[in-house]
Formats: sequence, C-alpha cells, structure tokens
Amino acid sequence: MAAVLPTLHRAALRSYLLEARCECLRMLRDPGFCIPVTAFPLMFYVLFAVVLNRQHSAATAQYLLATYGAFGVAGAGLFGFGVTIALDRERGFLRLKRVLPTPPGAMLLARMAMAMLFAALISLLMALLAALVAGVSLAPLQWLALLAVNVTGVLPFAAIGLYVGTRMSGSAAPALLNGLYLPMSFLSGLWLPLTMLPPLLAKLAVVWPAYHLGQLALKVVGFDAGQPVWLHLLALAGFTAAFFALAQRRLALAE
Amino acid sequence: MPDGQAVVARLRGASKRYGGTQALDGLDLSLHAGQVTSLLGANGAGKSTAVNLLLGLLAADAGEVSVFGRPPSSRAARLCTGAMLQGAGIPDRLRVGEVLALVRSYYRDPRSVADCVALAGLDGLMERPYRQLSGGQQRRVQFALAICGRPRLLCLDEPTTGLDIDARQGIWRAVRELVAGGSAVLLTTHYLEEAEALADHVAVIDRGRMLAQGSVAAIRAHVAQRRIRCVSALDADAVARWPGVRQAERDGELLRIVADAAEPVVRRLLAADDRLHDLEVQRAGLADAFLELTRNPQQEAA
Repeated sequence: MAAVLPTLHRAALRSYLLEARCECLRMLRDPGFCIPVTAFPLMFYVLFAVVLNRQHSAATAQYLLATYGAFGVAGAGLFGFGVTIALDRERGFLRLKRVLPTPPGAMLLARMAMAMLFAALISLLMALLAALVAGVSLAPLQWLALLAVNVTGVLPFAAIGLYVGTRMSGSAAPALLNGLYLPMSFLSGLWLPLTMLPPLLAKLAVVWPAYHLGQLALKVVGFDAGQPVWLHLLALAGFTAAFFALAQRRLALAE
Repeated sequence: MPDGQAVVARLRGASKRYGGTQALDGLDLSLHAGQVTSLLGANGAGKSTAVNLLLGLLAADAGEVSVFGRPPSSRAARLCTGAMLQGAGIPDRLRVGEVLALVRSYYRDPRSVADCVALAGLDGLMERPYRQLSGGQQRRVQFALAICGRPRLLCLDEPTTGLDIDARQGIWRAVRELVAGGSAVLLTTHYLEEAEALADHVAVIDRGRMLAQGSVAAIRAHVAQRRIRCVSALDADAVARWPGVRQAERDGELLRIVADAAEPVVRRLLAADDRLHDLEVQRAGLADAFLELTRNPQQEAA
C-alpha cells in the first residue's frame, strides 16, 4: 500500500501537468485568442500612456499600467475560459472527458493554470513596455506585487467566463463576453479614471469585479480610491466562488 | 450466446424518457467478455440512449445499469471502459501525440504508444494537428484514445462511419484482437457488413424495446428475404396469399413483394401476368429488415 500510493500520486500529478500543458498549447496556437487578448491591452497602453501622454507624465503612465494590466487580465480570464468551454461542450469533447477517467478537477485546474499563465504573460509584457517605453519606474516589490495581483486576479474572470461557457454556444459566447468585457472595463475605470465618468456611474463601479481588481493594482502604484484591501479581496473571492459554484452545477447537470 | 462467459456489463429493465418520448422501455442487455455485441436499430430506436446509460452519461429512470458490478459513472468503471463516441470534438490545435499522451496518463497501465499506433493505424500522424486530419484519420485517433487504457469494455458508437475500406478493416482487425484478449465490445452501426464481420451476438431494438436478438446467422435470416418490384396489374392481396410471399402491396402501378426466396415467386408472377414489366429483385437490406421487424413484431416473435 505504502509503495502504491506514491506511484499513484505521481501518475495523477503527471495527468494534471499534461492536462495543463495541452490547455496552454491549445490557446497559444490559437491566434484568434492570443492576439486580441494580449495585443489590445498593450496597444491601448502605448496609445494612452505614451502617444497621447503629451506631458510625459510618469504618474499617468503608472496609473494606466495598473488599469490596463487589469483590463488585459480580465480579458484573458473571460475569453480563455468561456469560449473553449462552450466549444468543447458543443463538439462533444466534454462528453468524452466525462467518459474517460479524467482525474477529478483536472480540466478546471488546467484551464486555471492556462489563464494564470496568460495573465503573467500580459503582465510581463506590460511591465516591459512601461519600463522601457513609458518611462515608469517602480520599486522591485511593486513590480512583484503588480504581477501577483494580475496572476491571481484572473481567477474571478475565469469563473465568470466558465459560467458563460456552460450556458452559451461556442458562437454566442464570444459575443456575450465582449458585451460584458468592454462596458465593464469602461465602467470600472480601467480605460479612463472614474473621476472622468458621470458620478452615478462612478458610484456604481463597485458592483464590477474589474473595479476591485483595478483598485488593487492601483493600490500597488499608490493611485487607488482609498478603500481597504480586504474589501476588494472579499469582492473578488466572492465573484470567484459564486461563479465557479454556478458553473460546476451547470457542468454536473449537462448531459 | 455462449454461456460461461462472464457478464461484463448489464442493462436490466432499463427505461429512459425524454419529455414525451420513451427512449428506452425496459431494455435488457448483457455484454459478455470476449464477445462483440452489435446493437442495431433505426435512428431514434434507443441505441444511443443505451450506450449513454452504459457509459454513465445518462441515468436510467428505472431499472438497473451496471458495469463490472459497479455504477457506470464510478471511477472504477470508467477506468475499465473505453469508448468511441459519435462526436469527439478533440481540440483542433492539439497534435495527435499530445492528445494520446494525455489520455494514456489517466491509466495505471496504459497500452504502449507503439501498440496504440499499430492497432489504430496512426503511423506518421503523431505530429499532425488534429484539425489537419481527414475524417477517417480523426476516427482512428478516437479509436486509439478508446483502446489506450486496455479497456475490458469497449463501446464503439458508429466507429467506421466515413472510413475507407482499408481503415475500416484495420479497425475490425483491432477489435478482433481486443476481443480475443477477453474484452467485451458493444458496437452500434448502420453497416450490416460491419455487424456481420464482427458481431458474435446481435440485438435489434426499436422504440426502446428489444425486438430480436441472437447470433448473426439468426438475425441474417430476417434479412435474407428478397424484395421484388414490378409493374403489374395483379391483385396485391391475392399475391400476398401465395406460398413463400411474406407481404405484397400496391404502390400506384407498382407491385412490391417481400418473399423468402425470389425464384418461385418470380416464376409464378411471370406466368400470371404476361404484361408484367420492369421486374427488379433485391436482397433486402438491413434497413428493410428493421422495417419488417418493426412492422410485424408478433410475427417475428413467433
């Protein structure tokens, strides 16, 4: 028994790793996912923090580094999870996975690893652009904190994407996700500071998970609205738990 | 059906209803080790529902479903079961070798990659992205995934649809090898020759019920009838009473006859109507046999 257990664990671990590898390869090879999800936040950042930042304000560049990082991460989470789950469900791959002795949770964990990898990638590219082109300089701990916020901050969006993917077809999911992603980013102050929005919309920003992620990232660079960290963490954890639970129920019900 | 072969999986009085449709109505079906059981039926007869119950993708409303004495959705049952579903939807951008490595990792003692490649005919495909494969090649990949865990129960749902004759025979050869090794195989197919080539036992279902089951030879007897068609003015009801005629009906100016043997009936038809023309004789296809079986269940049961 003692000899069997470690081999079993090692074998299961290998399944989890291969599962994550397949999920990552699949997304990395899909230009329809990779390009918009990484290029848009980077392009917006260059546009607003460099090209349109006439006074070469370091504060603006820092502010936008936090918010466009959050914008990119939200996209990676929403689209990385939502669209492929919808496609897999539609084309029968989820059925095959249910018939196979797939280790418990492997599929979700693999996708979470993939989403976090993309979040890290976007975060690093953003940091490079900020440091080399936009002239942002931060303390080493701040860079690390920003990376940590982005990599874990992808999870609530992954959960929402997953839930949408369990409800919609592969062709409807991207449309709905875009309809959610772009307005939510705007209303959460990720494109423009909330102070430039009508006061009512600025007040309502707290309902969006993207607002809380943005605030955490802004806190790292010292530009947040001053609400406590625990409030943002609690909100993000709540969104993650609620949508993962809803999605899990949908997946269990799905034929 | 040879006795003494262990029952690997069983449906007992299994019923399943979707909305207003009774998809399965008290179906009994046993799958034996070392045997291919072919499940035949028209579309909507309940084949897929039966397969889905055995794979634990659906739960029965009534009756009992067990695989190796366990619920089919249990992990223990899944580890012993391999399946080739109709739509597998393997991610387009993954390479064949990557998918195979992933699925092999789920099992404690998987078949070697070389064996999987040889059995499923995947030579030269391992580095190819799944979406660049032809339909037949994709089916072979799905077959490899179904057998890579050395399953003792293998469910093949229309496994060779869209395959060319070489690929089809390759899969048949692999199925025979698995069966010789003691696996039980459940095969659903539209191709009579596939059931004839592979099955030890054939079960014909219709509207969720077992219509006929037995050896291939017994089922073939239903299909061995001849279908005769001609333009003739003869009275269909009278022809229906001729010896050796199972059925005769009029369709416009056409007379359609189902007979046990064609020659005596054709001889008598030609003698009875010298204006008869456009005579055709066909061996009844499997679809015809189903139609027969479903139309005359009492007669067939007798």
